[in-house]
Amino acid sequence: MGAETSHGGEGPGPSGANIYRISGALTITRAGSTERELAALPDPLTVDLSGVHKMDTVGAWLIHRAVRDRGATVVGASADGQQLLEQVAEADHPTRTYPEQSNSASRALAELGEWTVDAGRTLVGLLGFLGAMIVAIGAIIRSPRRFRLNAVVQRFDLVGVRALGIIGLMTFLIGIVIGQQGAVQLASFGAEVYTINLIGRLSVRELATLMTAIMVAGRSGSAFAAQLGTMKITEEIDAMRTIGVSPVEALVIPRMLAAVIMMPLLSFYAMIMSILGGGIYVWIDLGIPPGTFIQRIREVVPITDLWVGLIKAPVFGFIIALAGCFQGMQVKGNSEEVGIRTTAAVVQAIFLVIVLDAVFAVFFSSVGWA
Amino acid sequence: MSETIIAIRGLRNSFGDQVVHEGLDLEVRRGEILGVVGGSGTGKSVLMRSIIGLQVPDEGEIAVLGENMIGREEDEAKNIRRRWGILFQNGALFSTLTVAENVEVPIREYFPFIKPPLLDEIAGYKIAMSGLPADAGPKYPSELSGGMRKRAGLARALALDPELLFLDEPTAGLDPIGAAAFDELIENLKQRLELTVFLITHDLDTLHAICDRVAVLSDKKVVAVGTIDELLALDHPWIQEYFNGPRGRAAAGGVQEGHRGH
Repeated sequence: MGAETSHGGEGPGPSGANIYRISGALTITRAGSTERELAALPDPLTVDLSGVHKMDTVGAWLIHRAVRDRGATVVGASADGQQLLEQVAEADHPTRTYPEQSNSASRALAELGEWTVDAGRTLVGLLGFLGAMIVAIGAIIRSPRRFRLNAVVQRFDLVGVRALGIIGLMTFLIGIVIGQQGAVQLASFGAEVYTINLIGRLSVRELATLMTAIMVAGRSGSAFAAQLGTMKITEEIDAMRTIGVSPVEALVIPRMLAAVIMMPLLSFYAMIMSILGGGIYVWIDLGIPPGTFIQRIREVVPITDLWVGLIKAPVFGFIIALAGCFQGMQVKGNSEEVGIRTTAAVVQAIFLVIVLDAVFAVFFSSVGWA
Repeated sequence: MSETIIAIRGLRNSFGDQVVHEGLDLEVRRGEILGVVGGSGTGKSVLMRSIIGLQVPDEGEIAVLGENMIGREEDEAKNIRRRWGILFQNGALFSTLTVAENVEVPIREYFPFIKPPLLDEIAGYKIAMSGLPADAGPKYPSELSGGMRKRAGLARALALDPELLFLDEPTAGLDPIGAAAFDELIENLKQRLELTVFLITHDLDTLHAICDRVAVLSDKKVVAVGTIDELLALDHPWIQEYFNGPRGRAAAGGVQEGHRGH
């Protein structure tokens, strides 16, 4: 690389034109200053390249631009330089950097329209997806050989067994928090002993299942969406189809089964851990021994609470797997889409789980399981 | 012509127990197009990744543009990165940016003072130079065909007018007409911009048409480097098979006819 990058000199030429003399290397390194200097000179302009010993396409482009837009004259270009100028002139096909965008008012309308169409499509797509799943389940029932036991067991491991640690810890801590808050609040009525009722009923009826669902949505729902989405982008799912393997049977059903079957098991485990946490807290803080605690739990928690907690669990699992797999299968195009769809899967799953939880609460109260 | 741009000595690369390179030596001279050939799995791409610093070799020395590349700080390596362009096998375009934005990425990184209008124009002519139609600029990579993606990748590799160009199978997946145009494009650019090209390819036509020298990778090292005629004079079974197989002969014949036609 030439060390000399002296700036262009300027001055009136013999015919009164402004001459811009460039010497040294006319490369991208000098693009900014060369552009400014060229712009500062009035027309008519002559560019003298005789001092240039090295030029790249950016340099050539700057000169070409002056010739194209301002009718500048070029003198003193070397043979290579001349070729380079011709080459960039040949490549002068203006292109846009961004896709065309209309003005903001009509764009807002268009976006609203697109959003509506999108929402409609998503709904139809979801229905279609549900249908495809039912068809796949039907096919598996008719020929049980198509059931992929290995895939299902592997999902059981990933969704269930590997979640034990974090779900156990989380609900254990929640049990402690319920116990601690309950004890503090109930102390003002002198009713600390009801802390046990609070721990037992809240854990079994509501919190264990809900918190487990949120954790499974975050852990597994997101994984489903990201996995299927990536497989979609790398055309693995297309490859499966062409081989004759149904992606719904091979990918969606095992995940769905894993979520539906693991959710009640994990929820039950979460209930136990939450009660354990609360029990340890009341033992230490209120001095209620474990024996008495268990005795009280058995008296105050009706068995219907357990049913309420466990009936909700598979439904939540289904929602989580549905959102994850559906969003994953919707991915097309680029890597950003995987991120968007994964986020959508988790947000939708958690939102729907909470909405359904409210519906269940009203329903179970009205059927007398209060 | 004889200045060495890339010098590799005693390179060793391995993945676990599998040794890919062992005592590999190679020199690339300024202004040449060096074709790198070898059977599948002989580590052509690994060699390229070692040179550009994506793969840290177990042993050996690599110098690019006179600078040692191994164990360099990122800040120092940046000065060398500015002087090369790389076309990956599948283009490796940034999927969330348009083609024009992709081309602008390296320019923005190294020359932030260049104003957007000029930047857009530079991206525009680079895109046209790479043989893409003008309407490819605002498109996203997912909207392009494989061949167009490759050209867009080349446009990005050429963004900084590099001295050294790495091409990993540039003509694979292109139709023969497109591949020939690609060869011509690289040859043109090489002459006008004094490029040095490190070219991994399986395309015999490309080897015959534009490569000044060819390096043959086999048995974990470079077994021979030279012009195709020099290689043919050697008594290496793989080289003979490669250039004298039915495809090799067809490519050689095609080039000779092409020369006569000119």
